[in-house]
Amino acid sequence: MKLEINGERVEADVAPGESLHTLLRGREHFEVKKGCDSGDCGACSVLLDATPVHSCIYPAYRAEGKAVTTVAGLGRPGTLAPLQQRFAAGAGFQCGFCTPGMIVTASALGADDLDELPRLMSGNLCRCTGYRAIADAIRDTHTPPAVGDGHVGSSLPALAGARVVSGQEPFTLDVTVPGLLHLAVLPSPHAHARITSIDTSVAAALAGVHLVLTHADSPSTLYSSARHENRLNDPDDTLVLDPVVRFRGQRVAAVVADSVAVAEHACRLIVVDYEELPAVFDPHEALRPGAALVHGDKDAAAARLADPGRNLVAELHGEYGDVEAGLAAATTVVSGTWQTQRVAHNHLETHATIGWIEDERLVLRTSSQVPFLVHREISRIFDLDPARVRVFTARVGGGFGGKQEILTEDVVTLAVLKTGRPVQYQFTRTDEFTISPTRHPMEVQVTLGSTSAGRLTALRLRVLSDTGAYGNHGPGVIFHGCSESVSLYSVPNKRVDAECVYTNNPPSGAFRGYGLGQVIFAIESALDELARELDLNPFDLRRLNSVGPTDPLVVTRVESADLIIGSYGLDQCLDLTQAALARGNGAPVPPGAHWRVGEGMASAMIATMPPRGHHSRATVTLSPTGSYTVGIGTVEFGNGTTTVHTQIAATTLNTTADRVEIRHADTDAAGYDTGAFGSAGIVVSGKAVLHAATALAEKLRHAAAARSGLPAASWSLERDGLRSPDAFISLTELAGPDGLLAEGEEDGARRSLAFNVHAFRVAVNTLTGEVRILQSIQAADAGVVMNPAQCRGQIEGGVAQAIGTALYEEVILDGAGAVTTRVLRNYHVPQFADVPVTEVYLATTVDAIGPFGAKSMSESTYNPVAPALANAVRDAIGIRPHELPMSRDRIWRLLQS
Amino acid sequence: MDLHTVSTIARARHRGDLRALAPDVAPLAGGSELFAYPRTHLTGLVDLLTLDWPALVADDDGLEIAATCTFAELARMPAEPDWSAHPIFYQCCTALSGSFKIWNVATVGGNLCTSLPAGPMITLACALDAELLIWRRDGSDERLPAVDFVTGDAVNVLETGDVLRSLHVPAAALRSRTAYRKTALSPLGRSAAVLVGRLDADGGFVLTVTAGTVRPVQLRYPALPPHLRLRGDIDDIGTWFTDAHGAADWRRAVSGVLGEQILAELAHEGGSP
Repeated sequence: MKLEINGERVEADVAPGESLHTLLRGREHFEVKKGCDSGDCGACSVLLDATPVHSCIYPAYRAEGKAVTTVAGLGRPGTLAPLQQRFAAGAGFQCGFCTPGMIVTASALGADDLDELPRLMSGNLCRCTGYRAIADAIRDTHTPPAVGDGHVGSSLPALAGARVVSGQEPFTLDVTVPGLLHLAVLPSPHAHARITSIDTSVAAALAGVHLVLTHADSPSTLYSSARHENRLNDPDDTLVLDPVVRFRGQRVAAVVADSVAVAEHACRLIVVDYEELPAVFDPHEALRPGAALVHGDKDAAAARLADPGRNLVAELHGEYGDVEAGLAAATTVVSGTWQTQRVAHNHLETHATIGWIEDERLVLRTSSQVPFLVHREISRIFDLDPARVRVFTARVGGGFGGKQEILTEDVVTLAVLKTGRPVQYQFTRTDEFTISPTRHPMEVQVTLGSTSAGRLTALRLRVLSDTGAYGNHGPGVIFHGCSESVSLYSVPNKRVDAECVYTNNPPSGAFRGYGLGQVIFAIESALDELARELDLNPFDLRRLNSVGPTDPLVVTRVESADLIIGSYGLDQCLDLTQAALARGNGAPVPPGAHWRVGEGMASAMIATMPPRGHHSRATVTLSPTGSYTVGIGTVEFGNGTTTVHTQIAATTLNTTADRVEIRHADTDAAGYDTGAFGSAGIVVSGKAVLHAATALAEKLRHAAAARSGLPAASWSLERDGLRSPDAFISLTELAGPDGLLAEGEEDGARRSLAFNVHAFRVAVNTLTGEVRILQSIQAADAGVVMNPAQCRGQIEGGVAQAIGTALYEEVILDGAGAVTTRVLRNYHVPQFADVPVTEVYLATTVDAIGPFGAKSMSESTYNPVAPALANAVRDAIGIRPHELPMSRDRIWRLLQS
Repeated sequence: MDLHTVSTIARARHRGDLRALAPDVAPLAGGSELFAYPRTHLTGLVDLLTLDWPALVADDDGLEIAATCTFAELARMPAEPDWSAHPIFYQCCTALSGSFKIWNVATVGGNLCTSLPAGPMITLACALDAELLIWRRDGSDERLPAVDFVTGDAVNVLETGDVLRSLHVPAAALRSRTAYRKTALSPLGRSAAVLVGRLDADGGFVLTVTAGTVRPVQLRYPALPPHLRLRGDIDDIGTWFTDAHGAADWRRAVSGVLGEQILAELAHEGGSP
């Protein structure tokens, strides 16, 4: 059939059930993204004869004779439409995966539509920005930043901006690989079962099938899907294909075929016999004697499990001082139990990997936050020489911790090694809900004791975390969850008892904040309750008890010396937030006596990087043409690290940002980097870049000195060369034919702390349970802010994600391990209409550890939001919510009791 | 998403072409629902759009809406002079959780036939006492009140081979006054409760309760009832349900609140139109 795509007439063969989205991507219109494949997220939006549609649910054959316009048809780098320019200049994206669809949709709106943006943009989900910057770009109310040279401190826009807003920046699957095969998996229908037989003969005989994989083909090496610098942090309990399945949806077999259609068809032809095993779904139940054992077959020491005979993955028990004595000495004691839910990351780009063999090496192009850790572990699982493995990422479409995992790379590697052919495996959106780990649901009990003056005498914490069927990040999340949440407060007596248990529920994993959000929700709620009991202002209660700049950091003992308060801005954050709340914003309270108004706040503290080492090795090269190239291993997935790294290099080398190119996230092209997690992008990788750039600057001065005979110290760097009082040498001259290279390293041996305080004013409808946010305020201590627009975006995005957790999102299970919220339309990711504009304030501090005095600001923004909102709801209705999400039906039910 | 198992698409030109429908051959209208989920049981589709049914035909008897009329066409339908109920068409379109881009393809009939509790065209059809025309597989025509069409959560009276042809909205309903309320767990989320009140010229009042119940429920009164009576009747409905979009007890309570608001709105503006 004939159609027109971006003005070009094309002839296309169309399969009967094919979507327009598939037709377009099949013709290398990779700017049309697949986020959900069900018409919910809008990433695939295109214009059809000027009418916007979701191309993933539009039958391709109906496009016959029509004109399709993708985002690339609106403008390309050099010819960007004004709307595209505004998205690029105004930080209207972070990862950029939703951006093509967002811009196409906005392009169909007229000036009269701008008041209705919340409704009209409801079919375009952004998981990164929180929509404020998108609204500004659409409404043309953004403030184009004064960038200048793009040095540290300026709001340099993302370097890939022009390509992202025109869909020309490739993500993981935006590439044509000749001879590509596709992989599909057969999911387990059972929550716990042993595979007694698998008959793959009919599936294997199907035309177009190249390979069927079962547990008989799997390497016998146990590993963890979770990845860390030290692989011993995570329990080894996972196989590529396991003869025992422990949750519904776990892969039983995999088929590699010419197309996804054939691979899925073949999966349906595999005959499996199972012996069903007893299963356990409740984390309390899992710890009881006689409970079904999820990994009863594992060796505790080898797998690094606390007690597989009790489903206990990890535990933490410790006491500082004497909590009983502290409680006995208290005049006021408050306690409560809080419950958090499963939350799905919903990065718009699903997990995906393409693998192939090149020059007798395995190459993985994958959607990962940790390509170097994937490289290491894949080499280990398959017993490959690491030198014969290359792992790299293209631009990654969001992560939030969900891609600190090996979820697709393992089975793709197995398929590539067996077939010798290129193989692709892409998660569906439903896979993201059912087999990709979610945030750990936790039950958290808090007891606080206090003097009548509001000085805490005791803090007792009990935590039960459900890590699901595989241990994964379970130990790390529970340890981290109980750390900065507790050490934020100076209390003479503290006790923590935390347990992380297996169940036959789908696995839980790493998610922004890494356990802190769950525990902070409980502790900050309990503190709010205490403030009420004592009739103290909640800000003042924090001022009385928060750790000071010189106080020791204590969880159950004084924390190790690697963690220091490199700068202290908590006091400023409290002041800024309280002042903004007192000032108000004039937002009117909805009319009627059934609307009750309340205010609430909460604090959060976070280490600026993960413990026990986080390594990065950067290079900066001066090319013979006089431009600089930074080689750095970390990943860009919307966190903006490439932008900040450019700023660091440009500032250190006193050049302009356009003279700096970043090559990153490739085990062949950059030095080792632990990866983009734990907020390490600026404070570890950025510091490595700083060290490398500083070394190169020094090298250049010495080169100039050697050439001129003038002392090195007399030379200063400029954009085009080095200048001394009486002479100038150009960079090209110094670079010579081979260029100049310097290296820099950072090992994360010293860590600092960042602070965030959030406050809300809300109105709650007592008839319906609706919570309406009237004012949202966050103050953050990010140290020296390297890129204000980007930092604001991280805060707004973290707040939006946390509002989703606080009010809307929940992966619901049926009580027998099956996920019932399997598509986006049954799982509410915040839309444009759901996210208020948050007032953002920044403390003024200079960190002693981070580059240029900066601290990380990515995960931390999420952590104080849910408790601040819960405390505001409590203030409004007189009843304290103990459960997330604080959905309208839950709030309404509280009001009935 | 691609419907991989579909190997044929027949473009219907005449009613006889619908004989191709079978358990594994489904009718295709806008496609926004059909292409949103895997449908591995399907081998073929029959395209209804090629039947070229006129989307909207108004005459003295009322309004005929083709099953293939899109949300977008319905939402921008101009009002006739005496159609005091006209706003309800657009209002019900806004209750679709899908975006305005979905409006460009999703059809009135497709929404009815999907028969989800939250289907806003079900609300609309019931609220206006529309009569549905069903083309039965055997070639016969059947007309039935919209409220009898949906029989449960995603279940309706259609059998394999049957096709919903059109909705007929009687002129009297178009001249009624309507009041519309919707709520969800989020500002624009999938409906947890959609209620429409209709005040007829003769003073009769009909409250259509949907989205919170597995199938639509109608409460009819000869005149606007007292608040307490309406509230009690809503409370007595027995088919509230729980899913990701709201708990049954809450849906019942908020439906009561919305019902009272509707009553107040219609009473406020002075009784019958």
